[in-house]
Amino acid sequence: MTIRVQDPGLETTVQDTGRLGYYSIGFPPSGALDSFAYHVGNALVGNEPGAAALEAVYLGPTLEFTEDTVIAVTGAEIPAFVDGEEIPTWESVAVSSGSVLSFGQLRGGARPYVAVAGGIDVPLYYGSRSTYTLVGIGGFQGRALRAGDELAIGSDARDPKAGRRLDAGDVPVHPSTAEVHLLVGLHSYRLTDDSLARFTDTEWKVTPDANRVGYRFRGAELEFVPREQPFGAGSDPANVTDCGYPVGSVQVPGGVEPIVLLQDAVTGGGYATLGTVVSVDRDRLAQTKTGDKTRFVAVDLDGALEVRKDRLDALDRIRSALS
Amino acid sequence: MGSHTITSRTPGVFYHRPSPDAEPYVTEGASVAEGDTVGLVEVMKTFHEVKADAAGTVAKFLVENEDEVTIGQDLVELET
Repeated sequence: MTIRVQDPGLETTVQDTGRLGYYSIGFPPSGALDSFAYHVGNALVGNEPGAAALEAVYLGPTLEFTEDTVIAVTGAEIPAFVDGEEIPTWESVAVSSGSVLSFGQLRGGARPYVAVAGGIDVPLYYGSRSTYTLVGIGGFQGRALRAGDELAIGSDARDPKAGRRLDAGDVPVHPSTAEVHLLVGLHSYRLTDDSLARFTDTEWKVTPDANRVGYRFRGAELEFVPREQPFGAGSDPANVTDCGYPVGSVQVPGGVEPIVLLQDAVTGGGYATLGTVVSVDRDRLAQTKTGDKTRFVAVDLDGALEVRKDRLDALDRIRSALS
Repeated sequence: MGSHTITSRTPGVFYHRPSPDAEPYVTEGASVAEGDTVGLVEVMKTFHEVKADAAGTVAKFLVENEDEVTIGQDLVELET
């Protein structure tokens, strides 16, 4: 039982919950950028929670199924079709052998997910099926899909069933200005007070340099507090002595064009981290596209933990309702 | 004579030519067949060819070289 890739779309990759535990040796986790859409997709098709799914961006892939199965499209607002007939998204749908899934033009968000009953069966690499394309490991041959690829379907299905649907009230909306919560630190002291305030006051625009490694933004210039260059740090005022970069951390090389690192992050380097996006809000960033706006809302550690708990509790509630 | 507008399938930066010192893919007045490349959109450090989805004559470019474009934005007007 396989999926034949007729058209790969753009940077469509196999992803799961990620390859955790190797960050300290320079391996970012990879995994689905929009974790909510990924988990709900698996719950809809009745998969075990960590089953691998497909993540696409901007353009959906065209996929042919060689056996009857159950699929669910979640994530971005994008029309999806089976054999030319539009299907509901955020709902499990039965497809027959020979059926072709295709996509129309994206209306909102950025990344659609395709979950398949049983999950995508690629070899586990260091405990995960996620693709990390920068070094070519994991997923399907370590790369984005190409036309002609044949993906095997796995056996992670617990209870495949068509017609499971996410409540309309739980379907995420993707406004063209996303709000994400930011825990300020580790090196926020390097920015002047004015600039730190400017960072959270600015509507930042997503540039074309926005992928799974990180998102680059434009919108304002930030100034650093004058200092004497410390031993081991570069000469850019944004430089500090090398350190690890949290996934979701924000750096501003040269004081212009801040970068938020995502699941394929570079794991460390010499730029000051002015804050870190709360993990569950990376879902929202993942659904912004080039030209969209983003605002960063400062929270303290308790606030960040609360945002995370609320979102994970909601996911638990949804999973039990769908099981 | 009708007209047809080619739109962008992805957000990104629009280019008229395959590389900075190459000739443009097409110029105004040129005739194109369905499937011909009329420009490039760069996003996420990758380049995607913009294909004519109808045959016709290039009437007008609706964006400048290196303009940032959004999904569905009008790029090229064809006389069909």
